[in-house]
Amino acid sequence: MIEISHVNKWYSPTFQVLTDCTTNVTKGEVVVVCGPSGSGKSTLIKCVNALEPFQSGDILVDGTKVNDPKTDLPKLRSRVGMVFQHFELFPHLKIIDNLCLAQEKVLGRGHDKAQAKGMQLLERVGLKEQAQKFPAQLSGGQQQRVAIARALAMDPIVMLFDEPTSALDPEMVSEVLDVMVDLAREGMTMMVVTHEMGFARKVANRVIFMDRGEIVEDAAKDDFFGKPRSDRAQKFLSKILSH
Amino acid sequence: MNYNWNWGIFFQPNPMGTGTYLDMLLSGLVLTLKTAALAWVIALITGSIVGVMRTLPSKGANWFGFAYVEFFRNMPLLVQLFLWFFVLPEILPKAAGLWLKQLPNAPFWTAAIGVGFFMSARVAVQLQAGISSLPRGQRMAATALGLTTVQGYRYVLLPMAFRIILPPLTSEFLNTIKNTAVAITIGLLELTGQARSMQEFSFQVFEAFTAATILYLLVNAVVVTAMRFLERWVAIPGYITGK
Repeated sequence: MIEISHVNKWYSPTFQVLTDCTTNVTKGEVVVVCGPSGSGKSTLIKCVNALEPFQSGDILVDGTKVNDPKTDLPKLRSRVGMVFQHFELFPHLKIIDNLCLAQEKVLGRGHDKAQAKGMQLLERVGLKEQAQKFPAQLSGGQQQRVAIARALAMDPIVMLFDEPTSALDPEMVSEVLDVMVDLAREGMTMMVVTHEMGFARKVANRVIFMDRGEIVEDAAKDDFFGKPRSDRAQKFLSKILSH
Repeated sequence: MNYNWNWGIFFQPNPMGTGTYLDMLLSGLVLTLKTAALAWVIALITGSIVGVMRTLPSKGANWFGFAYVEFFRNMPLLVQLFLWFFVLPEILPKAAGLWLKQLPNAPFWTAAIGVGFFMSARVAVQLQAGISSLPRGQRMAATALGLTTVQGYRYVLLPMAFRIILPPLTSEFLNTIKNTAVAITIGLLELTGQARSMQEFSFQVFEAFTAATILYLLVNAVVVTAMRFLERWVAIPGYITGK
């Protein structure tokens, strides 16, 4: 579903953020990307739907080359759901309108159809009652669940999560993770940048560990948690799992 | 000071035979309002386009926006009006220059366009600041949903940016109205111009300019009140100062 091969990215000639990253995500797979901050994991996931450009290498999403200038990027992006660390709901639109905007303007769905789809997804994330409210009137956890619903409204073939729980108060993390776990169990293809190792243990198929712009470890979940091969991954795991 | 106050002067006939002196001032007020209205429309439209260009991910567009703003905001308004009115017709091909000079209401069109362009540079800077003040993720979220750049601005960035800059835009609107007074120098008989001719015909300088002052204050009070209502009308529940 996602094929990343030999991707390099520089912010300046001397500052390389991604070094020869190669991996893939197959259909129905849940891949967790972790690593210390500044390791390039958010940058890598943003390269997948071309929110960040990269200088060499290739990324294919469902067979379409992301870095091909001829690719219809808006169309490709509309099939790739993305959830951000800071939710990024549109503050001037009601919750339901946040869910309908791209359905109507990008997919060309009729208003009624988009509304019905939106309400159905809000019900799924447990926020049907909030449909007529504005984002600023919701808690962080609720906003992130709306953001997930907004991405799902586009019927994505794959979902990207960029640290979806990092900006949340601790008591709101689980309500968001619950939605993501359900999604994973339904067979959604997911690439998730997160520090939530509990989530990774529960639903991930594979774990990718990144450090200083490199993919240091790319292993099945049990291998990664059981016997990480690299020192850096071991150190990282011992730090975040010691509490 | 030896001055004969005569507040009754407003109801005496003016020497042009167009009614009373008050009628003279009011006709000036109407011209001020017409000039300001057209100038503000020009300032808002061109200012918005240039302001957006300054935030586009295109070097060419940024450069054009930069050059436009610096050109129109770094020259005194008076000099700009003289350039449009006296210099432009001379440097154009002869026929075009002649056509310009013989244009009916030339001072009106020159003033509206001149003040409009001058103010558009200021609107552009305000709008650029408004767009830049939005979280970077807003643009990303719009892009990730598959919205095109135009759609992203239309449905996501501009609705928020304009809300944020409404208070400074009110100031720019008031400045537009006040700046039309400069048009007296190219012979436009707007409010200040009519107050000046009333002074010359009647020698009642204090009465004339007291009346002009009050009329300017009244007009601007109406604008300020209207903009307040607009601010309240578009306020977003729960957001910043919203209820």
